[in-house]
Amino acid sequence: MSIRIALAGNPNSGKTTLFNAFTGSNQYVGNWPGVTVEKKEGKLKRHSDVIVTDLPGIYSLSPYTIEEIVARDYLIDEKPDAIINIVDGTNLERNLYLTTQIVELGIPVVVAINMMDVVKKRGDKIDVAELSRQLACPVVEISALKGTGVDTVADMAVEAANGKPTVPQHSFSGTVEHALAHIEEAVVHDMPAEQQRWYAIKIFEEDEKVLERLNIAPDVMAHIKEDIASAEAEMDDDAESIITNERYIYISSMIQSCYKKANKGQLSTSDKIDKVVTNRFLGLPIFALIMFLVYSISMSGAALGTGLTDWANDGLFGDGWHLAGKSEYEEAMDTYAKEYLFSNVEFKETIEEAVAAEVPGAEDILGAVEDGSWGDFEEPYEFFADSLAEQGYDISEYVTYAMGDEEEGIEPAGEVPEPENYGTWVPGIPVLIGNLLEKMGANEFVTGLILDGIVAGVGAVLGFVPQMLVLFLCLAFLESCGYMARVAFIMDRIFRKFGLSGKSFIPVLVGTGCGVPGIMASRTIENERDRRMTIMTTTFIPCGAKLPIITMIAVALFHGSSLVATSAYFVGIAAIVCSGIILKKTKMFAGDPAPFVMELPSYHLPTVGTVLRSMWERGWSFIKKAGTIILISSIVVWLGSVFGYIDGQFGFSPDMELENSVLGMLANGIKFIFAPLGFGTGVEGIKATIATIMGLVAKEEVVGVFGVLDFAGLTKLAAYSFLLFNLLCAPCFAAIGAIKREMNSAKWTWFAIAYQCVLAYAVALCVYQIGSIFTEEMNVIGLIFAILVLVGFFYLLFRKNKYDENHLTVAVKKTKKQMANVSE
Amino acid sequence: MRTLRDVAIGSTCKVKRIHGEGALKRRIMDMGITKGVEIYVRKVAPLGDPIEVTVRDYELSIRKGDAELIEVQE
Repeated sequence: MSIRIALAGNPNSGKTTLFNAFTGSNQYVGNWPGVTVEKKEGKLKRHSDVIVTDLPGIYSLSPYTIEEIVARDYLIDEKPDAIINIVDGTNLERNLYLTTQIVELGIPVVVAINMMDVVKKRGDKIDVAELSRQLACPVVEISALKGTGVDTVADMAVEAANGKPTVPQHSFSGTVEHALAHIEEAVVHDMPAEQQRWYAIKIFEEDEKVLERLNIAPDVMAHIKEDIASAEAEMDDDAESIITNERYIYISSMIQSCYKKANKGQLSTSDKIDKVVTNRFLGLPIFALIMFLVYSISMSGAALGTGLTDWANDGLFGDGWHLAGKSEYEEAMDTYAKEYLFSNVEFKETIEEAVAAEVPGAEDILGAVEDGSWGDFEEPYEFFADSLAEQGYDISEYVTYAMGDEEEGIEPAGEVPEPENYGTWVPGIPVLIGNLLEKMGANEFVTGLILDGIVAGVGAVLGFVPQMLVLFLCLAFLESCGYMARVAFIMDRIFRKFGLSGKSFIPVLVGTGCGVPGIMASRTIENERDRRMTIMTTTFIPCGAKLPIITMIAVALFHGSSLVATSAYFVGIAAIVCSGIILKKTKMFAGDPAPFVMELPSYHLPTVGTVLRSMWERGWSFIKKAGTIILISSIVVWLGSVFGYIDGQFGFSPDMELENSVLGMLANGIKFIFAPLGFGTGVEGIKATIATIMGLVAKEEVVGVFGVLDFAGLTKLAAYSFLLFNLLCAPCFAAIGAIKREMNSAKWTWFAIAYQCVLAYAVALCVYQIGSIFTEEMNVIGLIFAILVLVGFFYLLFRKNKYDENHLTVAVKKTKKQMANVSE
Repeated sequence: MRTLRDVAIGSTCKVKRIHGEGALKRRIMDMGITKGVEIYVRKVAPLGDPIEVTVRDYELSIRKGDAELIEVQE
């Protein structure tokens, strides 16, 4: 029969490192049922029949945090065969507090004192034999980081699993023991003998979760309560606090006989680092610098993140990439373009005229022509060629002359350089599969489904992976070196005002690059409520893919004003702040707040293995969980875009006009929803609606569908309303997948998406309708609605928090006490 | 009543009593702030809140609002 061993210990005690040392690569990472707390299991090395479960890092077995409840439910209900309690030797006193609770569970316990190398280096001494005698369980010195003692602990735990349960040795003061004895006699005597003490103590503490489960008869409970009340009166404190106090008193006595500190009061290296890093004056600049580094490493152009993501999107899942010789190819293209295109005087004059007429995009194109760079020319040309032509500055025939046009069968003027001929060219996966399908003679539909539906979908998933791995690497390092706790320490004051954690700063910061890793970065927030709030609000900040929408609207309607982009960021931040304030007053986020009483762990250099493993685990969990959603949604949207009516007949066409597709029909059906926002009527309405739907695949798709030309049909106000809606509404499928992964609940995922859409709608509605006062299109009914929405919004924002935990619970408890006094 | 909030940075105090109840009080006590323990107030965060204290030989950060629940004597 297999043996199950649970690994329990405080956060920052080296639990993860020890778990990795126990199990190696033989791990399964999942979630505890129904909560966002991670669950890890693995097979013990050298003992294939032993399963180790890594419990969440906890300080206590109180009923107040999800991690603690998960851990104690597992220990009580699943009754593992043994518990390994990892204890940080450099922080013995507080770590033993959990130990005193674990030994009461009636399960064999082995205590592993970690970081013994650091303890010895400091010259401190721990009397292991004495500690073992006092706790009545085996105690082993280990260093999880260096790998010493790990095998001994594992063997001892396996041995203990077959032995007798640990019996707690400590006793509380007379009054408490008296009450406990009564409780044992009255309620728990028919329970398994080894669990009786645990239950008795929990009943004494009036632990709600345990009382709920035991369902004690009212008369028995009343009797017990008398005992508790008299103990409370005698010790002048509430029962729960009495127990906590008693535990620490017991630990203090144990510490005195087992622990000798070499030099008291001297600053350790960690203290010295901390003195600088969270210094009153240097703290913020250092924080800004570190955040800048994290951001630039994972996002900026030169850094690995973007480079890899671009490669994955354009190379691996695009046409292909140059293993070497990229610059030679680019040079050849520049030379070719100069000879056949840029040197054409008429061509250049047309662009210059367009610049003079202030046609959007013309300036970018002219700049590229003057620089003689094909790479810089290609992008704005693709983007703006149609609008140039529309306004009478058609340059497409010059480009076609130089580059040819395969579909029209026009040969290029000269010999266009082929990327394959320069350096080492590796074709992308779509090209390879496309060639394969062609050879197999697959029909258009199958080819389209595989290339545009499936491969593009997989590409969308994997395209995020490189930059996410880089980001996760940074996060794993910050977490394991101890700086992450300081981030919360430094930013807490600002973020707690709108119901977020100080650690929410990082998700929002990363979200300016891409919302997907932003959401995943929320994993570092311990408190579930703060984490959910962060997940819901992170994507309000404009991400990289939303920038093209902003740019296009700014260019098309606002003369490229930078105010549009600035306002977009401002709206994003305002949405986060207001959402935080509104949501924290709702029932879903109500309840006792997680007290911000947080350990600031000692700084230490993490091992490469731990950091890499954490990076990989998070990356893989994204691919697995979020990937499915992204893939399926991409395929569905693709199907919607290629099926539709061609000349009155329903059918498939790879070049379906979007307006005639199923997607277009759907958009036509629901466009009226957007009419109050100013972009839901007429042909533009259909296109704008399609663009919004396509934005779910990827936000930059919005620009692909709703080009510069289409905006000509919208007023400035309507276009800005369109922008606001697309900035704030449900993010792309990739981000939705990440939300699903992190929320670990369909209900919360839908709630998040619905909230985002409703907020986006309300904001766009108010801006459009109230803005219309200043135009000729004012609509009285719309205006009244907008004002009502605005009033409702301000009500939600400024109403009193009826769930305001501190005041309310205090008030209720006071009245309870008063009533008790009266009845006496 | 003198609370942890009033203790000057760089000085040490002794806990007399923890006020409040429920999750918050339990958490404060779970972290080792119990009757009679000595607390050294190490520093205040750059933005003025929370504070960092040393208790039972390790560093703990606590908001000033929560520190008000901890009655101390010097």
